[in-house]
Amino acid sequence: MAALKPESWLKVTARGLYCAPGDFYIDPHRPVGRAVVTHGHGDHARPGNRAVLATPETLAIMRKRFGQDAGGALDPLIYGERREIGGVGVTFRPAGHVLGSAQAVLEWQGCRIVVSGDYKRRPDPTCAPFEVVPCDVFVTEATFGLPVFRHPPDSEEIAKLLTARAQFPERAILVGAYALGKAQRVIALLRQAGYDRPIWIHGALQGLCDLYRDFGVELGELRPATGAAKKELAGEIVLAPPGSLTDRWSRRLPDPLTAMASGWMRVRARARQRGAELPLILSDHADWDELTQTIREVGAPEVWVTHGNEEALVHYANSIGLRGRALALIGRGEEEQEATAAEETEEARA
Amino acid sequence: MKHFAELLDRLSYTPARNAKLRLLADYFRAAPDPDRGWALAALTGRLDFPAAKPAMIRGLIEQRVDPELFRWSYDYVGDMAETVALIWPAEAGANRAPELSEVVDRLTRAGRVEAPRLVGEWLDALDATGRWALLKLITGGLRVGVSARLAKTALAEMGDASLTEIEELWHGLTPPFLPLFAWLQGEGTAPAIDLRRAFRPLMLANPLDEAELAKLDPADFRAEWKWDGIRVQLTAGGGEARLFSRSGDEIGAAFPDLMDAVDFDAVLDGELLVARDGEIAPFNDLQQRLNRKRVTAKMLQDYPAHLRVYDILLHGEDDLRALPFDERRARLEAWHAQTAPARIDLSPLLAFTAWDELQALRGAAREKSIEGLMLKRADSAYVAGRPKGPWFKWKRDALTLDTVLMYAQRGHGKRSSLYSDYTFGAWRPRDDGGEEGEELVPVGKAYFGFTDAELLELDRWIRANTTERFGPVRAVKPGLVFEVAFDAVQRSTRHKSGVALRFPRIHRIRWDKPAAEADRVATLEKLIEG
Repeated sequence: MAALKPESWLKVTARGLYCAPGDFYIDPHRPVGRAVVTHGHGDHARPGNRAVLATPETLAIMRKRFGQDAGGALDPLIYGERREIGGVGVTFRPAGHVLGSAQAVLEWQGCRIVVSGDYKRRPDPTCAPFEVVPCDVFVTEATFGLPVFRHPPDSEEIAKLLTARAQFPERAILVGAYALGKAQRVIALLRQAGYDRPIWIHGALQGLCDLYRDFGVELGELRPATGAAKKELAGEIVLAPPGSLTDRWSRRLPDPLTAMASGWMRVRARARQRGAELPLILSDHADWDELTQTIREVGAPEVWVTHGNEEALVHYANSIGLRGRALALIGRGEEEQEATAAEETEEARA
Repeated sequence: MKHFAELLDRLSYTPARNAKLRLLADYFRAAPDPDRGWALAALTGRLDFPAAKPAMIRGLIEQRVDPELFRWSYDYVGDMAETVALIWPAEAGANRAPELSEVVDRLTRAGRVEAPRLVGEWLDALDATGRWALLKLITGGLRVGVSARLAKTALAEMGDASLTEIEELWHGLTPPFLPLFAWLQGEGTAPAIDLRRAFRPLMLANPLDEAELAKLDPADFRAEWKWDGIRVQLTAGGGEARLFSRSGDEIGAAFPDLMDAVDFDAVLDGELLVARDGEIAPFNDLQQRLNRKRVTAKMLQDYPAHLRVYDILLHGEDDLRALPFDERRARLEAWHAQTAPARIDLSPLLAFTAWDELQALRGAAREKSIEGLMLKRADSAYVAGRPKGPWFKWKRDALTLDTVLMYAQRGHGKRSSLYSDYTFGAWRPRDDGGEEGEELVPVGKAYFGFTDAELLELDRWIRANTTERFGPVRAVKPGLVFEVAFDAVQRSTRHKSGVALRFPRIHRIRWDKPAAEADRVATLEKLIEG
């Protein structure tokens, strides 16, 4: 391992995490010359970069969302292949977060830094599973970086949804789910649980569901909820972006029973704030146990924490003899706002 | 425990009454005995575990979790029981999760040494929702929005019984209610109970439609004041006495001054009030005594409880409910004269021969503690529920004010996409000295009271005039006047304006009226009672 300190070549700047020898940014939140993008959520992938290196799936998602503005040169790099940028080796490894999500493995002068982006460890039928990459520095998120966040098994949450549907057959079961990742995962989990009825979706989810299918993810029969007759939707499962749950759009449904699929639903005050009648604790982020397990498994003596509840995770890292450091990156953890914006755009179009 | 925990979890998030009823009835149907009986006891506040207290829970978690991580977590979650439930470390190879009946059974018998060990083992074996439910159960106060009456309504729905039948039985039954569930499932007869301890469902009045008055003969009716207290039933017999609210909840423990005065054998219907030297105090005074777990000597002295009786249901062994009102009244007066109980007097009958005489009485009654009039047919038997015809309430005219809409909040369930809950304010001079002009301060909050079309129009106005959003609440620019009806004005330390409206409801929307012409706080202050 080189004597050079890792923070001398990977730095926190106003535009995001910057790799100096390679002259590129990882998930920059303002347009830059060259961006390495870990996944397609709006708080990581932003439009207007001159060159973008990302997985083919992530680039497809960016094209879908940003059209012409997705970036100048879009350079696809599949999992496991290595690219040299200014002497820095860049490899993507699956992060298990959403379709195409990647950890960026950076190697320079014998030092390896893994920027994991957002990740989770439990199986997800809609994306490749997280791979543990041993490294010198592990850069981790901490969205659910408190020990109160321990996500229950997915199957239990899906069972709650199906029980509610059986119990209230005259109502529509309206599930709030982010348009990228969560919606497709909820659909795939329902299919895994044997639910084979058509699933009705809000218009804002259609494009990304189509994209997932193009990449070979099975979602079964989906129907647009927007044109459906009200009584047709009694006893049916309807998916919409979170912002639509309490908005005028939901008035077309028969007495909707509102479910919300998010890791935040673990905490009652948050679930109430959301107005969820059926909180479903389904998250695409690692929970506390997954975060701490990952930190231990990658074996890095140094752990950098990007966003979320950093102090608790840094405290944990220090308590097991690692060097923990909070990075305080700007503009992260805003998937929710993004989903609302997408939904409003959809409403404006309708 | 698992099913009970799931039930509590669902109830805690379910706003609509009918949906709650279905969750409860489904649970009561599916859960085995005696678990469902203990669940019913827990939901109706009839369980207590003296050996398990919140401090004990804190002690348990301190032994298991890094204090720094716990502090951050508690800061984030904001609720001790919930934080402990979520942060509790999983225990590999823990015992199987306990059944509810096992928890109740063992914890009731446990001492202060054994209780923490038991609870610790159970927390190891349960999942997060189960732990939350267990902690809620043992520290009291489930707070899942289920009243005893709602639980009983669900029982009626589950079996083929009426709510009245269940309420008649309720206070003679004890957890885990095996004969009750057997009967509700059609396996046996209604449980036999000691009637002296039972709550008798109340007879309720309908609001009077003044247009109907001409069709009624004044000679057929008796009139009483409608007191501004709370309706209660006092059940006394065999050296025991109980005080029930109108929904059948027992509230006697909060009124030892009244209950100590009871040494007779009768079931009475009356109004619970605060009275000093025969003078009835405003409702606000009574409120100081309601929903108290502990009553201090100072409270007893400052707000002495009083019962003003207007009906007698049982006297000794005699059930008087089938008798006409006049005969019951005669029995009531004779009983009172003979017993002369402390702290209990009779609500007087008002003499009148024509409706306009009564109307004048009602119009003149502006004093505190009177809400209006009650009209009761002289021949009316005492019937549970709200039969149409025999009893009317004739409230005094509501006061109205023009207020300005300030905040709107989204409703629940069917109304979750609509702004249906409103905070409104009145004007007052700015109190920051420097600035000119007036400011709006909140004076009350009320739910939607309009037609669906009006609600939609209002919803549109709110969305178009939003100045700020805080979660489910929107602040709007002062531009819409609500005519608000209410029963009285009280002083309030909770409102910035220093006043609060009692029973406010939105009378109509004044689309036509400029906000600047709405009422001033000073106008409300003049209406304060007491």
